[in-house]
Amino acid sequence: MPLASPGRRVAIVAGVRTPFTRAGTLLRKLSAIELGKLAVAELLQRTSLDGKAVQALVFGTVVPDVLAPNIAREVSLLPMLPKGVQAVSVSRACASANQAITDAADQILLGHVDVAIAGGAESLSRVPVLHSRGFSDALVGASRAKSLGGRVRSLATIRPRDLRPITPAIAEPSTGETMGESAEKMAKLNRISREEQDQLALRSHRLAAAGTADGRLTEEIAPVWIPPDYTQVARSDNGIRDNTSLEQLAALKPVFDRRYGSVTAGNSSPLTDGGAAVLLMAEDAARALGYEPLAYIRSYAYAALDPGEQLLQAPVLAAPVALQRAGLTLADIDLVEMHEAFAAQVLSNLQGFESRAWAERAGFSQPVGEVDRARLNVMGGSIAIGHPFGATGARITTTLCHELRRRDGQFGLMTVCAAGGMGFAMVVERA
Amino acid sequence: MTTTRTPPETETVGTLATERLDGGIVVVTLDVPGAPVNVLGPRVRQDVSALLDRLESDPSIRAAVLTSGKPDVFIAGADVEELLGLETAADAERLSREGQKLLQRLEDLRVPVVAAIHGSCLGGGLETALACAYRIATDDPKTGLGFPEVQLGLIPGAGGTQRLPQTVGLRAALDLILTGRTVRGRQALRLGLVDELVHPAILRDVALDRARALADGRLSPSQGRRRRGVADFLLDENPAGRAIVLRRAREQTLARTKGHYPAPLTALDVVATGYHEGDERGYFAEARKFGELVVGEVARELTFLFFATTALKKDPGVAAPAPDPLPVEKIAVLGAGFMGAGIAAVAALQQTLVRLKDTDDARVGRGLRAARDVFEERLKKRRLTRPQFQDLLALVGGTTRYSGFGNVDLCIEAVFEDVALKQQVLREAEAVLPPDAIYASNTSTIPIGVLADASRRPEHVLGMHFFSPVPKMPLLEVIVTPRTSPTATVTAVAYGKRLGKTVIVVNDGPGFYTTRTLAAYMNEAGFLLDEGVSIEAVDRAMVDFGFPVGPITLLDEVGLDVAGKVATVLSEAFGARMPRSRSLQRVLEAGRTGRKGRSGFYLYDKRGKKGAVDASVYTLLPTGPTRLDRPAGEMQQRLVLAMVNEAARCLDEGVLRSPRDGDVGAVFGIGFPPFRGGPFRYVDAVGAPRIVKQLEELEARFPDRFAPATPLLRMAARGERFYPERGKPV
Repeated sequence: MPLASPGRRVAIVAGVRTPFTRAGTLLRKLSAIELGKLAVAELLQRTSLDGKAVQALVFGTVVPDVLAPNIAREVSLLPMLPKGVQAVSVSRACASANQAITDAADQILLGHVDVAIAGGAESLSRVPVLHSRGFSDALVGASRAKSLGGRVRSLATIRPRDLRPITPAIAEPSTGETMGESAEKMAKLNRISREEQDQLALRSHRLAAAGTADGRLTEEIAPVWIPPDYTQVARSDNGIRDNTSLEQLAALKPVFDRRYGSVTAGNSSPLTDGGAAVLLMAEDAARALGYEPLAYIRSYAYAALDPGEQLLQAPVLAAPVALQRAGLTLADIDLVEMHEAFAAQVLSNLQGFESRAWAERAGFSQPVGEVDRARLNVMGGSIAIGHPFGATGARITTTLCHELRRRDGQFGLMTVCAAGGMGFAMVVERA
Repeated sequence: MTTTRTPPETETVGTLATERLDGGIVVVTLDVPGAPVNVLGPRVRQDVSALLDRLESDPSIRAAVLTSGKPDVFIAGADVEELLGLETAADAERLSREGQKLLQRLEDLRVPVVAAIHGSCLGGGLETALACAYRIATDDPKTGLGFPEVQLGLIPGAGGTQRLPQTVGLRAALDLILTGRTVRGRQALRLGLVDELVHPAILRDVALDRARALADGRLSPSQGRRRRGVADFLLDENPAGRAIVLRRAREQTLARTKGHYPAPLTALDVVATGYHEGDERGYFAEARKFGELVVGEVARELTFLFFATTALKKDPGVAAPAPDPLPVEKIAVLGAGFMGAGIAAVAALQQTLVRLKDTDDARVGRGLRAARDVFEERLKKRRLTRPQFQDLLALVGGTTRYSGFGNVDLCIEAVFEDVALKQQVLREAEAVLPPDAIYASNTSTIPIGVLADASRRPEHVLGMHFFSPVPKMPLLEVIVTPRTSPTATVTAVAYGKRLGKTVIVVNDGPGFYTTRTLAAYMNEAGFLLDEGVSIEAVDRAMVDFGFPVGPITLLDEVGLDVAGKVATVLSEAFGARMPRSRSLQRVLEAGRTGRKGRSGFYLYDKRGKKGAVDASVYTLLPTGPTRLDRPAGEMQQRLVLAMVNEAARCLDEGVLRSPRDGDVGAVFGIGFPPFRGGPFRYVDAVGAPRIVKQLEELEARFPDRFAPATPLLRMAARGERFYPERGKPV
């Protein structure tokens, strides 16, 4: 059943993002909140939308700021938005911005709001560094102690090993497996060769470089003048290598299994900083406010599987459901945007689309089918462009909608894999 | 069982409402009927006197709280209009004595009075508060305490010069009285000006509580500042230290006022009298000096400027019936130079969303940086919190494309002064602006009509001439053409006021009003250089006359290239009356651009700090290195009369709507000495017949430049003035 059925459709009116920059580079001094604000402020500027029209803001992030956990509220307090904009932060790992978009879309479908902003942001340059359990316990104990003696006794329990700071790794809490190890495992299970992975990475860089050079990718980017001097400007994604080659990629050493592995820094998405946002409206509200939507949300679906199995394979379960809800098959789809966490994951997902066994697991008798490579990630993907976890979903949505218009296509499908063994798929229809 | 409480009795007599509460406490609320703020006019004094009688005679009253019925104003000060009606120094002195005695009664009152202060507490308002037994202020940003009297050329006249030093010590008192600055609640508490700082929501409750405590003897009346520091002891608390403080204050004040403003020095004397000869003599000195100042020339001109700017605040900018201004929520600024960035910054400070456009990343970046500098200065001075600072940054969105113009209400163009460029930018912007957007050019010279010729909607086109640096300069000159719609005019005027500017509206013409009159003055300075006068001599003469900087220094500041462009436009427009000075032309041709190029008439270091005259510049001038002398008086007369005469022509031609606008524009836009009131006030002070005679003499010596303007001739012939001799000037 398509989401459009109650007679109310959710329009994607516009999307804007900051450049996606490798962690530790141009945007390193900006927090996720600041990156989110930059994207939303420019979204409002560019669309010439009166901030008073906005009713809700939903934002995703994966590594939240401990001191400001509701990033959505901080972003919604931008001065050009009314303070009455209600705001909620969502977390669905790498599909967090997608979650933000579908939550906002649902609010619109329900008739609760007419205009909403959804997106996400991440700063992987500024991940919080934590104290050890022992150190925290001693500090908490000391702050609760009633006497000086009690404080000293509590602090005296600190041992040298407690002083080692802890940086959160991108690992599954349930299995202890890092994301890279999962990708490595998927490559082995699905027999994805190193060369196939490097080919996909090369393709991602080449297409992203072309999209940057001809302005298709940069069109959706808000240039960021870097404070406090503003002499440097980030205008485009800085992880894209237009001069890389298969030889260079092949020379890289596997990271997660040095002996038999195939997943390298070159065929994985890099740690990235960035923010992205989209403007969503009820179809009639868009018309009343004088906007021509980019696309409508036709359907979406989330799915999950055992994280100990193939952590990043759940898009294979979500996609057929989204297609079914849209009343479409892969043959109707003009463009596919698939989030590239790892080349091994993309290739595993594509293989899963063609597999009868995976179709049956999803509850379908026929597989989704073979994705025409000419329609897949036509301006590259996260391997080249970068992957600020909380922002990627909004970036893919915007890219897909713009490119669908440029190509005069009708339907677009996007999929995003996420930690915890989760997956997302959405179908959009060109307005 | 129910208990009935008797409702508090409230009684209103004139300007004061008295509310009797249990336990013999009364709350007195000052609320002058029909006025937006409380000022201490004759009615208030009469009512306060009657109140004091009652408080003295009614033994059931044990304590009182004094507060205001006006939102965000406690007492704004004296009634300036009343002061204007005083004809002699003796009358003014009598008024001061009356005020002093009234507040002395308040101070000596049997019943303790607590001042509950929220909002402006200025001048006489602060004097009243100082006479109370206890002072509580709110921590709200709208609360401000100070003695702004010197800004009107006066000193506090109801005991402030004596009570303030007693309350806060000599150094703090001099700082407040001599500068006229206002302090917020937090600083007032630190100085000991108030005893407590509270949130507005509990002001009344705390004041009542304190009033009861004072009545019960649980709390002692305020002792002012608790003196603790070594500096307090060494400087404020012994005669030798005070002598040092007074001497230093005198030196600083003289350096600042250059001897043109008597009030701060007089205040210093009166404060010193209190220390040297005791309170009683101090009060007498205060009243006598207050009386002298009130009828003095400087106070008269500064009071005129006060009334003129107050009148302009109420002036919508067009003749009645004025249409309502359109709302301005988003502006676009074209050109991110120093001007454009300044406009963007002041707009953001008023919560306007700003689209700041320039042609390349580097220019936009510099503009964003310049706007940030404006915010950072306020952050450092704690006039902004960090979150407010972050919000301001978010309000200014830079771009190199015409994106985001679809909901712009007002577009202000601040690109380089070039007609073709400005017309092209106007056409580009109009293609993306909404049809009802107002388009303003921030030009100092180019006729707006010429720009409007390029527009498809000339009724929406006008000029908004800001002055540099925009955040500091108080004037905005709005320029309208015959085609400009009244709605566009009132919108630009209303928005200019929102930016905190004093706005004058002038009709279109070459150089409008301010640039044209300034050019006449600057040209004359250039002719003096042509004749061989030294650069220092010209600058010194005009600083002595009261201008903030000399004309040649100003040329370097403005930029010789800019000045050259202006001179060209105006000499084309006005012919023989404004020929171009050869000195300026030659220095400009030698590639000097002034301070921005670190090379002009003066020397500049790498950071742009001004040094001495660059002696090498004389070789470029017509008479070479040989310099001759001219009497300062002659130079002053030539420059000032050139300006005055041009201002009179502007009035005659209808560029100016009134002498008031001309005076305000000259003082706040181009540095005409405030204590002289402006060019038209100057004519009135000197007398039109004398001005005409001086002009005729100059015209005989320098043909074509000084022919007296028609209004001056007419006034001289009929014995008329620009302003009434007595009473409210505007």
